[in-house]
Amino acid sequence: MLTPFKKLWGLVYRIWSSANRPAKHLSIGFLTIGGFVAGVMFWGGFNTALEYTNTEEFCVSCHEMGDNVFVELKPTIHYSNRSGVRATCPDCHVPHNWTDKISRKMQASKEVWGKLFGTINTREKFQAERRRLAGHEWDRLKANNSLECRNCHSTESMDITAQSTRAAEAHQTFLFTGEKTCIDCHKGIAHELPDMTGVEGWK
Amino acid sequence: MRRFLVHLTTALGLIAFTNVALSDGTATLRQGEPISVEAEAPKMTKVENNDVKRVRNYPEQPPTIPHKTRSYEISLNANKCMSCHARTRTGESQAPMVSITHYMDRDNQVLATISPRRYFCNQCHVTQVEAAPLVENEFVDVEELLKGE
Ligand code: HEC
Ligand code: HEC
Ligand code: HEC
Ligand code: HEC
Ligand code: HEC
Ligand code: HEC
Repeated sequence: MLTPFKKLWGLVYRIWSSANRPAKHLSIGFLTIGGFVAGVMFWGGFNTALEYTNTEEFCVSCHEMGDNVFVELKPTIHYSNRSGVRATCPDCHVPHNWTDKISRKMQASKEVWGKLFGTINTREKFQAERRRLAGHEWDRLKANNSLECRNCHSTESMDITAQSTRAAEAHQTFLFTGEKTCIDCHKGIAHELPDMTGVEGWK
Repeated sequence: MRRFLVHLTTALGLIAFTNVALSDGTATLRQGEPISVEAEAPKMTKVENNDVKRVRNYPEQPPTIPHKTRSYEISLNANKCMSCHARTRTGESQAPMVSITHYMDRDNQVLATISPRRYFCNQCHVTQVEAAPLVENEFVDVEELLKGE
């Protein structure tokens, strides 16, 4: 009964003590290259993990997201349109900028926390929290001048002569003058809205 | 026996009636296509979005909507229409204000906000498409009627 355990322990001990000795037989060159390769592998893995968390598939894997905001996105223009360009969750919700991305990921761990403790795991709970969550997104888009919208829609490339009168007039008066930003006028573009009483511009 | 006769006459009457109705050329969505054949679906038309008013057919008519309303939410939570058509919003949106009738309850009492009976706009206001009417419209404008006298 004790022998296999002793053998295992012996093996572990030998590996540990050899790893703990200075590298007599390994050249400096090997160490540098090895370190470099390990670094690349680590960074690559980190990157792949981040890449995955940047997909619609990942966001929707939480039923909180799938059963609520995702089904609401489907009938809108950002899911299906004549141009065939689809805006996915991370297009509107995670900045493409690398450093911003990491800081957003740190905030995302708060969501994992929320998942564990079930703050919004039913439609009713989600509706009750919706005003608060939408508020976070409005504040963020207001603060970054609707950066995510502008990654796809730029005012420079906007041909207002091709727009409806209503759109052209609004954009000319308030957008091009910098008085307002996209999210001021286009709330609820992708999902159903929360209770809008008290939100500026809503009656 | 009397019961039976009553039923029989009703049934015969119904058959006669439907026959008349169908031979009368009542429009059906199948347009005479046999039931075993898949009828070709009509083309889908685009919603008018030209921002040009259509003439009302009579003064009480709810005006038609001259713009698209895709994804405009009207729910317990939000009324997208009122974010442009409410009195206080018209400065920014340059939209016509919903008329005074929209603020009145059924006793003609004027309220501060949209009257509940006018909350669901598309109960009365509808967008338009460029499509041939399915049935002929025999409506005559009162002006035409007066001219005809
Ligand atoms: C582990 C499950 C889970 C995944 C995966 C997930 N979310 Fe969330 N999300 C949540 C929960 C729970 C909340 C609510 C957090 C709270 O109560 O503050 C939330 C809140 C949000 C909010 C509200 C705004 C805010 O910051 O409070 C947005 C936007 C959002 N998620 C977008 C996304 C996007 C985009 C993805 C994919 C990149 C994603 N979520 C992936 C569970 C998840
Ligand atoms: C991934 C790129 C992408 C992002 C990000 C994006 N959009 Fe769009 N948006 C599109 C496409 C594509 C269309 C449809 C174009 C078409 O075919 O008419 C569209 C259409 C629209 C329309 C027209 C709606 C209509 O009914 O005609 C509005 C308004 C709009 N976007 C606003 C926004 C706002 C506000 C944001 C930021 C919250 C945003 N978009 C983010 C790609 C994007
Ligand atoms: C002052 C308010 C306002 C601001 C700010 C604004 N829009 Fe609009 N936008 C409108 C209105 C009003 C319409 C027409 C009604 C509609 O589409 O619902 C419109 C229509 C559009 C359309 C459809 C054009 C068409 O002809 O149908 C797109 C795309 C769009 N906006 C994108 C944007 C983007 C991107 C931004 C930010 C860079 C932005 N808008 C900022 C008010 C605004
Ligand atoms: C076209 C841009 C766009 C896309 C695509 C989009 N969202 Fe949003 N999302 C918004 C905006 C803008 C808000 C702020 C609330 C509002 O105006 O509806 C929001 C709000 C949210 C919220 C906060 C709760 C709420 O409904 O207000 C969650 C959670 C969320 N989005 C998750 C997602 C997920 C998950 C996806 C992908 C299935 C997604 N979003 C796709 C623009 C987008
Ligand atoms: C972005 C602002 C905006 C929103 C949202 C909006 N409208 Fe309009 N509406 C206008 C403007 C501006 C006009 C004036 C004509 C034009 O430019 O299309 C108008 C015209 C109208 C008219 C015609 C009035 C007349 O005298 O002929 C009706 C009816 C109408 N809208 C109903 C609606 C309904 C119903 C909704 C919601 C489903 C709605 N509107 C949402 C801006 C808006
Ligand atoms: C019960 C039917 C009904 C409902 C619901 C309704 N309307 Fe009307 N609306 C009318 C009628 C009828 C008129 C024309 C006579 C009048 O002004 O009362 C009208 C007129 C209008 C006009 C033109 C006003 C003017 O002075 O030119 C606008 C704009 C309008 N409605 C918008 C709306 C909006 C936005 C809503 C939703 C908040 C709405 N309506 C709900 C019946 C309705």
